[in-house]
Amino acid sequence: MKPIIRVASGQGFWGDLLTAPYDQISRGPVDYLVMDYLAEVTMSIMQKQRRKDPKLGYAKDFVPLMRRLLPLAVEKGVRIITNGGGVNPVGCRDAVLSVARELGIPGLKVGVVLGDDILPRLDELVSGGVRLDNMESGESIDVVRGRIVSANVYFGAWPIVEALRQGAHIVITGRTTDTGLTLAPMAYEFGWAENDWDKLAAGTVAGHILECGGQATGGNFSADWRSVPDLAHIGFPIAEAAPNAEIVITKHEGSGGLVSVETVKEQLLYEIGDPAMYITPDCIADFTTINLESVAPNRVKLFGVKGKQATESFKVSMSYTDGFTAVGTLTYAWPDALEKARAADMILRERLRDLGLNFEEVRTEFLGYDSCHGPLAADPGDLNEVVLRVGVRSPNSLAVERFGMELAPLILTGPPGVTGFAGGRPKPSEVISYWPALIPKSLVQPNVSVEVS
Amino acid sequence: MRIRLIQIAHARSGDKGDTANVGVIARKPEYYPILLKYLTEERVQQHFRGITLGRVERFTLPNLCAVNFLLRNSLGGGGTKSLKNDAQGKTLGAAMLRMEIDIEEKLSF
Repeated sequence: MKPIIRVASGQGFWGDLLTAPYDQISRGPVDYLVMDYLAEVTMSIMQKQRRKDPKLGYAKDFVPLMRRLLPLAVEKGVRIITNGGGVNPVGCRDAVLSVARELGIPGLKVGVVLGDDILPRLDELVSGGVRLDNMESGESIDVVRGRIVSANVYFGAWPIVEALRQGAHIVITGRTTDTGLTLAPMAYEFGWAENDWDKLAAGTVAGHILECGGQATGGNFSADWRSVPDLAHIGFPIAEAAPNAEIVITKHEGSGGLVSVETVKEQLLYEIGDPAMYITPDCIADFTTINLESVAPNRVKLFGVKGKQATESFKVSMSYTDGFTAVGTLTYAWPDALEKARAADMILRERLRDLGLNFEEVRTEFLGYDSCHGPLAADPGDLNEVVLRVGVRSPNSLAVERFGMELAPLILTGPPGVTGFAGGRPKPSEVISYWPALIPKSLVQPNVSVEVS
Repeated sequence: MRIRLIQIAHARSGDKGDTANVGVIARKPEYYPILLKYLTEERVQQHFRGITLGRVERFTLPNLCAVNFLLRNSLGGGGTKSLKNDAQGKTLGAAMLRMEIDIEEKLSF
């Protein structure tokens, strides 16, 4: 058994810093590179892409990235784990295998984790008595049944562990938890048992710290952002794990950014609910038992984490179509910038009423004044300029489209000193809403397979 | 004395559907009891009136000298449905730190 393994975060979301994954494997020692690509909305986008072309439905960025990374990753023995397979992990695997063949890399083993996509099974499951009620609102699935676009179960670390046991150098999954990507290599290398709750919780906490990339290493750091050096070359986080589940959070020597107790604390508190009950498919981690200690510059030790037994359910993430929105902006300059923007908003609303257009919501915000802090915003005084931002939402795409045509006329038919309409008319975009539910673990089986280039 | 929360704490916020979470961390361990005493659910609910339409719930993390708040119905529906510029509540941590509090304790900064 290795005395320590280094798990490096390469992406915090689909769209993150493109140089980060290569930096992670080229600028210092790492054993695993983990890349999280999936937000709630991402699966529905991928589902639509696959409907148009059955070969698509995964994070397309991953394939050119592999073209760049693979030679170095193979040379250094770095294994790569990603949930970028989206709704088509097999398509993603095939694309990666052909890249490997083009690059002349024989013997590369690429594993996939399947079985998370339950969209084709929804009718069978619902008629079999699985309720799939919204776990937040309690509403019945019947409310949205005909509008569902994607339905995926969140798997955890264990299917990835199985792929690693089968020798996979690259593991591509569909909907896997962000934390499972980081926990899996630790559980695999150190042989952690499926009921060793404390160790699984420690690896899960490390996964939570790594899952947003640079947000653990000085990015978006509110305590003292000026103190973070060289954000231009920010190093993404690395978890150095020991078999006893003591884990050091760090980054490569010479990279920018900062790893401190404070940067790690901010990330620990990001997007959590009850900290004593951080529920994943693998365990329940108790964030109130986490100990942090600064052991050297840019090295924070994480220890003493306690876990509890995993629940009997998987979370299901479903998405459904939910109407249309459009958002448009106009910029008003001094004098009376805010007063003029408010007047323009009133004129716009009156014209929309005259047209008999009905919206679920019309929302007005003033960028430069209140769009972030709403009624908490301080009196802005005599603003140099302000951006009027108006958004509408309706089940009727034609109403939303017509709203987009009413904004530009304000330039010639409203208050003076207005600009900033270069982008053209706002177009309707379809709303994809999110439906979280639970399903008994016994009804869903992950399916792991490995192919060789 | 009157202080602003930003003097004794830092924060990070994010979203889960239409619920925002705001984690507030004491800048020094001795400030943590002040957070517990003054940053109550009621005080935070009042602070975010007009933004948070649902209930505010507080959780404590003494090990990190931090408190976590859930602000329900705060993001205009959340996800792609929200018409807010800050649909994910990314700036609500800073909105929390604007809070002014009258405290009995004497602090020097």
